[in-house]
Amino acid sequence: MTNLLDVEGLSKRFGTVQANQEISLSVKPGEIVALLGENGAGKSTLVKAVIGLVKPDSGTIRVKGQELPYGDTAGAIARGIGMVHQHFQLVPVMSVTENLVLGDEPTRFGFIQMQKARRETTELSKKYGLAIDGDAIIEDLPVGMAQRVEILKALRRDVSLLILDEPTAVLTPQETDELLEVLRNLAKKGVGILFITHKLREVMAIADRVVVLRNGKLVGTTTPKESSESQLAQMMVGREVVLHVEKGPGHPTGAALEVRELEVLDDRKLEAVKGLSLQVKAGEILGIAGVEGNGQRELVEAICGMRNRRRGTVLVAGKEVPNLKPHEVHAAGVAHIPEDRERHGLVASYSISDNLVLNQFDQEPYAKGWIRDLDAVARNGEELVKRYDIRTTSASAPASSLSGGNKQKTVVARELSQDLPVVVAAQPTRGVDVGSIEFIHKQLISARDRGAAVLLVSAELDEILSLSDRVAVLYGGKIVATFDSKNANRDEIGRLMAGSQGSRS
Amino acid sequence: MRFRLSYFVIITSILLFAYFYSQNSIVTSSVVFTAIPFALPLALAAMVGVMCERTGIVNIGIEGTMLVSAFTAFFLGAILKNISAGLFVGIMTGVLVGLLLSVMTITWKMDQIIAGVIINIMAAGITSFLYRQNYSIPSTFTPIDIPVIGDIPVVGPIISNHGPITYLGIIFIFGLWVALYKTPWGLRSRSVGEHPSSADTAGVSVVRLRYINVTIAGAVGGLAGSYLALEAVGIFERGFTAGKGFTALAIMIFGRWNPLGAFAAALFFGLSQAVTNQLMIDEVVQIPQQFVTMLPYVLTILILAISAGKVRPPAAEGIPYEKEKV
Repeated sequence: MTNLLDVEGLSKRFGTVQANQEISLSVKPGEIVALLGENGAGKSTLVKAVIGLVKPDSGTIRVKGQELPYGDTAGAIARGIGMVHQHFQLVPVMSVTENLVLGDEPTRFGFIQMQKARRETTELSKKYGLAIDGDAIIEDLPVGMAQRVEILKALRRDVSLLILDEPTAVLTPQETDELLEVLRNLAKKGVGILFITHKLREVMAIADRVVVLRNGKLVGTTTPKESSESQLAQMMVGREVVLHVEKGPGHPTGAALEVRELEVLDDRKLEAVKGLSLQVKAGEILGIAGVEGNGQRELVEAICGMRNRRRGTVLVAGKEVPNLKPHEVHAAGVAHIPEDRERHGLVASYSISDNLVLNQFDQEPYAKGWIRDLDAVARNGEELVKRYDIRTTSASAPASSLSGGNKQKTVVARELSQDLPVVVAAQPTRGVDVGSIEFIHKQLISARDRGAAVLLVSAELDEILSLSDRVAVLYGGKIVATFDSKNANRDEIGRLMAGSQGSRS
Repeated sequence: MRFRLSYFVIITSILLFAYFYSQNSIVTSSVVFTAIPFALPLALAAMVGVMCERTGIVNIGIEGTMLVSAFTAFFLGAILKNISAGLFVGIMTGVLVGLLLSVMTITWKMDQIIAGVIINIMAAGITSFLYRQNYSIPSTFTPIDIPVIGDIPVVGPIISNHGPITYLGIIFIFGLWVALYKTPWGLRSRSVGEHPSSADTAGVSVVRLRYINVTIAGAVGGLAGSYLALEAVGIFERGFTAGKGFTALAIMIFGRWNPLGAFAAALFFGLSQAVTNQLMIDEVVQIPQQFVTMLPYVLTILILAISAGKVRPPAAEGIPYEKEKV
């Protein structure tokens, strides 16, 4: 049986960065190959070269034995390569059907046959068991559904090789499980799958073969049977990685953060947080588990003063913190690691040093009266870059020059270095490589150990379970149950997250 | 919401028309008739905007495109004593301006507003500098009396007896609407204006489609300029287009980047101008001429103020496309 894809000796350099160096790889029909590596290891560059979105410097790409010219996207598509991009390649204002047919529309006399296209959508979604409404507008769909459309878009063109770039980065645990099931079914139908990820769990669950990249080089090929999560992590990072967070018992004292009867509206003016109350003690981590869209974002934003509290109060150390004044909330002692670091965590064009004092640039020692002390800012920048292992050429480089993991470390450094009594961390490791995840987890635990109250919101149930002292399940804008993490049961929490009633403790 | 509003406007217009028609049929028909020449250059110029912005290119150089096309159409028409040749030259001038804008915004990835300003300043400068007095074209395009349609009561006298560019323009507007919403070209163009990398990954060439659309739009701008010089007015003056290219942008926004919506908005503009003119002639209202000339600009400001924030432009508008950033 000929391989679907053969890549031999592929190299690509961007400026001074060797993104890919002499990489060889193959995929057989019906095989699921996981391409594993940290952010910046060159996974995306490799698959983009295969699909023709990046022109390699050297090496050969063969599809079913036939050599593919460099940079020929249309040719790659025509030979049956489909790609599901990390950032969905869908037009948000158009319908599912329109997105599916874009670029290859069924026509008669020059006009698009919308009826036929709709029928095709229905047939396609039936054939692959991916239910979808063809007339739904993309921007109204939840992320998991939008991803289905991406997959269907690839399948519509009779793909024999489906490439997925970090497909689970944006998905909830349930959606991830569904996706893995879909991929397994596709492989059974003979489709080859090349699956980019840095999540070990998924690799172990689904891959037939694992190819590991590090710093643009191929460091090894193995199978889930022959290796373990920790071995894979070691190959990926190049050193031993502690996957299980090591933490001692917490020593909670009095309540440091208290939320009472909070009601918050979402962007569509619908009630997202419905009379929620919670308490985080100094010296503990309270994890909020929940499927995204159940009020997590609104809760965090309301606590941090970024969204109006329609009703209810937030208290830090027994004192009420003002509504809609993020700066004063910070002054009251709340550190905030926002969910979206690009929008709320950093100013991309500012230097790393400036970003590290974003919430205290006007205070001693970074300013004297009206005048900023740039030396103090720079000293602080250099120190934190070292202490928090932010990988950069210089602390005066713009934040935009950092990789995702290092951007997040910059935010973490700013928020945690001030030793504030309350820490609100929203999705602190989203889109971050394994090495940085380990580091950020350690930082959160050391914040707890020095006596901070940590409110951790994450879509990764594993993260919640491994870090938290107590776990609260958020569903429909309310906390439906709270567990001591020692008694927490993954399945039960999963059921509660999905909305079924469980026992309250 | 949108549909209800447009129905409301249409029904009110018909009722108003019926009322005035019953009062004085001749004057009412003639007012509505003259609304069309007022509206057409605005509508065509708005089509230039629709075609460009739907593929993601902001074109504020419509004014300049129309001005320079009107100039070449008029003077070539006058020199060659042939207005059809003038029309051809006017359209080709528009094509060249469209190509210039394409090169600046698509290939060189210049700021699109600045590119448009360059076109406007260049057009004003060149046409003023090369302007010569004492030229005239042999005649303007003559109105066409459409056989059957012209005999329809009430409607016939309004829509018949316009010049050939008017009909060509109106056909183009409807054609553009059909093309934009019913053909692969339209779907691809709209997706390029909304989310170009989606189109690119689906095998649609963003650069090529933008070039094609901006260039065709240039031709339409040339048609609009030629219309002014060769059909509506029959002369050329410095600053001849008097801001119509900018008003057209407001009309495009008011029409929500939809050809028919923009056409309706342009008709509304034309009608308001025709009505004001009529009121002046009848001396019903006595207002200084300056206020009447102000009307299109005041309306533009009002429309933009009303629709600001409520409309949603194509998402990728104004952003040069970078392939490697997918």
